Formats: sequence, structure tokens, C-alpha cells
Amino acid sequence: MKSIADLEKIRQATLSKVNLRRESEGTRIVVGMATCGIAAGARPVMNAFVDEIGKRNLLNVIVAQTGCIGMCRYEPIVEITTPGKEKVTYVNVKPEMVPRIVADHVVNGQPVVEYTIGHAE
Amino acid sequence: MNELSLYILDLVQNSVTAGAKHIVITVHFDTAADTLEITISDDGCGMSRELLERVTSPFTTTRKTRKVGLGIPMIMQLTEMCEGKFDIQSRPGEGTKLTLGFQASHVDLPPMGSLSETMLSLVNGTPEGIEFTLDYRVDGRGFDFSTEEVRQMLEGVPLNTPEVLSWIRDYIQQNIDETQGGGSPQAEQ
Repeated sequence: MKSIADLEKIRQATLSKVNLRRESEGTRIVVGMATCGIAAGARPVMNAFVDEIGKRNLLNVIVAQTGCIGMCRYEPIVEITTPGKEKVTYVNVKPEMVPRIVADHVVNGQPVVEYTIGHAE
Repeated sequence: MNELSLYILDLVQNSVTAGAKHIVITVHFDTAADTLEITISDDGCGMSRELLERVTSPFTTTRKTRKVGLGIPMIMQLTEMCEGKFDIQSRPGEGTKLTLGFQASHVDLPPMGSLSETMLSLVNGTPEGIEFTLDYRVDGRGFDFSTEEVRQMLEGVPLNTPEVLSWIRDYIQQNIDETQGGGSPQAEQ
């Protein structure tokens, strides 16, 4: 059973990590969340990234959303930017792909080429 | 879209784009009247009369990336299919209120789906500084969830911390399950 009182425990447990998170200039995972993205399945994709980042306790990664970037046929679209590296765009993303994208790309710095827009086109 | 909660996620993005600071989502089932009413209210920039008049057109959008805007027309069509009602009230500078009514047992009404996943996406995806309230009721019984309350409890820990997001999802799901334990039309699906 979850209760509002749990938040106090979560606060104590996460406070030290919060400052680390704030100070680090890290990876941004951006999910398209316009009508086209949501209809194509962006919600489970975004939530899978949130779960995976939490599971791996990655402090320097944030998961954010954006609107429509004009390529609705490729939704769900996920863009990953890492400081000092070129942006990578993943297309037709499914929740099942998320653990591999996080492991290979976010953690080990090797984009999953077969899921990228370059490969799709 | 195959879940009402996905429509809600989509429609709330309009409030976010409108610069809202507080967005209230209500979901009310009335078993005796066989109705479901969903409202989304915000304190964003609102719409001019001229925009309000054409906002239900699929060719109205504020985006520059494409020429169509299907969020509102799709939900309007769904309310019409489900013997429901559709209303938007908006004033520039004051905000917008969207009211969606449905016949709860209508064969064309998609299931609610996961409101807790929708709230997780909203809280994680939208910029800090937007507060959400969810008011969920079945025949008057239910619960309120407020990000403002959670934020106060957390004293500086951001809502998009993974542990907090996970708690938010579980807390909302648990409360929905408890509310539906009373026997709503959706609980039987």
C-alpha cells in the first residue's frame, strides 16, 4: 500500500542523488509527445525509458518530451543527445527496444544503428 | 487511439503549450445515469473568439511542423459517436475548460486504459512548475491526487526523480483500483 507518508522516506533516500543529478551535464532522451506520437505509442516508450533509467540508477540522464517534429509517419520518435556527440534519432520505437538503447547507447556510447532514422530511410 | 487515457494525455498537451501553471483533470463516472464526464481545465493563455470558433477543425493547429491538428477533432468525434457532449470554454488570459461527456456503456467508447501511466508521462514530460490535479470519482466516491501536495512533501526533490515517478504511478493505480472495487462500468471490462 502506497501512502503520502512514503514520500518522506523517498525524500530522505533520494536527496543526496538529486544534487548529483542537478550538477551533471548529461544525456537527454527526448520523446515526441504530440497527437501523432501518442497515437503511435509514445506513452509506453517514454515510461519504459523512465523505468530503465531508474532501474539502472543513471544519475546523468533525463527523459523529456517534445512536440511534433514533422515526421509523423516515423513516430514514436526518440532523440538522444549526449554532450560532445551528434544527436541520434530513433524511429518507430517500441518499449521492447528501450533496454537495448539504454544499455548500448546511453551507457556504452554505441548507438543502435538498426533503430535509427538513417537505417529506416 | 485505443484508450481514453491517451486522449487525456494528448489534450493536456494543449494546456501545457498554452503556458498553464495549473491543470485540473476530472474523471467522473455516474453508474445510475450511465455517464462518464471528463474535464480538463487550465489557467493558460486561453483562446481568442476567432481561434475558438475554428479549434474543432482538423486543419487548425498552432504548430509549424504540420498543417493538421487532430487532437480536438478526434475527441469531438468520439463524444458524438458515444451519445455524449463536447464543450470548450475559453477566454484569452484566463484559461480553457474542455468538457467531454460520454454514454459510459456505449459500444464505441474505448476503455479508460491506464490513467496512472498517463499521469506518469505528464509529470515526467512537462516542465517543472506545472501542477496537476486529478479528481477521480465513481458515483461520488474516489480520490484527488495533487502534484502540489507531493511537491510540498518532497521539499526540493524534483517530481521527475525515478523513485518519485514510480511512487506516483503506483499510488494513482492503487487508488483507482480501490475506487473501482465499488463496481464501475469500466471495472468489468
